Amino acid sequence: MDEGPTARILYTTCPESLDISTYPDQFPLVFCVGKLDVLSFSCWDRFEGRMFEIWEGLKAAFWLIVMFDAELWEISLRSLRVTLTALLIASVIAIPLGTYLALQRFRYRRFVISMINALMGLPPVVVGLVVYLLLSRSGPFGVLNLLFTPTAMIIAQVIIITPVIVSIAHQSMRELWAEYHDLLISLNTSKRQRVLTLVKDGRRNLLTAALAGFGRAIGEVGAIMIVGGNIDHVTRVLTTAIALETGKGDFALALGLGCVLIGIAIIVNITIHTLSQTEREGRW
Amino acid sequence: MNALFPLELRQVVVRRRTKRVIGPVDLILNPQGPTIIIGPNGSGKTTLLRVMHGIERINAGQVIWAKDDPAKHAFVFQSPIMMRRSVAENLAYPLRLAKLSAAAINTDVDHWLSRIGLDAVRDNPATRLSGGERQKLAIARALVCKPEVLFLDEPCANLDGYATRDIEVLLQEAAAAGTRLVMATHNMGQARRLAQDLVFMLDGKVHETGPAAQVFAAPQTDALAAFLRGDIVP
Ligand SMILES: Nc1ncnc2c1ncn2[C@@H]1O[C@H](COP(=O)(O)OP(=O)(O)OP(=O)(O)O)[C@@H](O)[C@H]1O
Ligand SMILES: [Mg+2]
Repeated sequence: MDEGPTARILYTTCPESLDISTYPDQFPLVFCVGKLDVLSFSCWDRFEGRMFEIWEGLKAAFWLIVMFDAELWEISLRSLRVTLTALLIASVIAIPLGTYLALQRFRYRRFVISMINALMGLPPVVVGLVVYLLLSRSGPFGVLNLLFTPTAMIIAQVIIITPVIVSIAHQSMRELWAEYHDLLISLNTSKRQRVLTLVKDGRRNLLTAALAGFGRAIGEVGAIMIVGGNIDHVTRVLTTAIALETGKGDFALALGLGCVLIGIAIIVNITIHTLSQTEREGRW
Repeated sequence: MNALFPLELRQVVVRRRTKRVIGPVDLILNPQGPTIIIGPNGSGKTTLLRVMHGIERINAGQVIWAKDDPAKHAFVFQSPIMMRRSVAENLAYPLRLAKLSAAAINTDVDHWLSRIGLDAVRDNPATRLSGGERQKLAIARALVCKPEVLFLDEPCANLDGYATRDIEVLLQEAAAAGTRLVMATHNMGQARRLAQDLVFMLDGKVHETGPAAQVFAAPQTDALAAFLRGDIVP
């Protein structure tokens, strides 16, 4: 009996599997499966079916992307718009706050910092639920009619990522403040000047903090599903669309969306890092 | 000539966590300088300078300036603090705080960079400078705003003879231009070269003080005599 791994072409135009040696480089997707005999036939078929779906999905995804599919385009842009807006708002709140917490001593400072660290772990679904209750018709902000709008999704994302950015920003600003403390005190700087100096000289670290927030927001699904409602052409974004398409069994579209999501995350990271390094002069 | 002085310390005590770091200290610094503070490690030189500069909280006593104007103070720390910016931007920082015009800032920065011989590396990160270059930059950064009093905490520690001489020339020029120097040092040669007044710190207290010529020639206490001879002070 053959004990070694058996190479099989899992997806071919004909339904049966073929020996790899027959078609040396004709099919790109090849899986090595050890001890093929232990897989029962039905299990094997399902496995093969899934592989088929993934392959089909990747192919479909590829075409959706290269053909600039209108729906995919729309959803992706909405995702970016919602997340970048949330990121901007959260950064404007979080970066000065994190810096301030790093250099200002006050009575409940430790308590505030541990609260913020705790808020970092806030489950998005719970945030979604609370925002939903606040914005729903009978809630305190019901009159604003914000539920199931992109604005509601932005609000939820701001709540989710602000603590993340504050916490990371605070951490790195504290190190910088320890470095600069004596100099800035000695130069008789005002509070405002200290914050501005720390933000300026620590901008690289702050950028990392913001990117962590971006990563969390762009991939978030629980909260925006609840407050946005995943309404076609209104509040559907990449993550909620993936959830929907997966549920419907349309793996091709789901995978296509997934690829775009990953692509956006990578491109945004690279872009921001490249931009920040154009003015690079040293290791900071 | 120097409106900020005389400076008087009255019964100043600094305590940190049950330990008395310095004090009680009584000391008068008159308008002529420089004043050099000497003493063994841990005797409180740094703390005394920080108290005078007003960046160390005191637990008792008073620090009385003839005219108190923190904007006219400058301080060079024992280990120079380099901002994460270029050499030129480090120099420009106090000028920017003082809201000078861009043209005035440029002129001053250019002048000081060539004065300390760092114009070739003006756009390099200051954190990449050598120890001696950092010290020079820190001193230039303290001098750009033309302070009336400059505190220096061992500015020549770890520097070779050439760098030390450069810095002493820089300091003498500043003194001639009207900046009152107050400096801690472990370098007895430097103390002899620069000092007008000498303050000998021991165990958190001013053990002996007086005009440098007199104190060097005839120390009144055994501890200072031993310290000047280079013996280990108990
Ligand atoms: N915040 C503080 N908490 C506790 N101890 C302190 C504090 N600041 C200073 N000390 C102690 O006070 C003493 C004097 O310190 P200081 O730095 O003034 O000495 P120094 O004369 O400058 O020494 P060196 O020559 O080594 O620079 C030291 O023993 C130091 O450990
Ligand atoms: Mg010291």
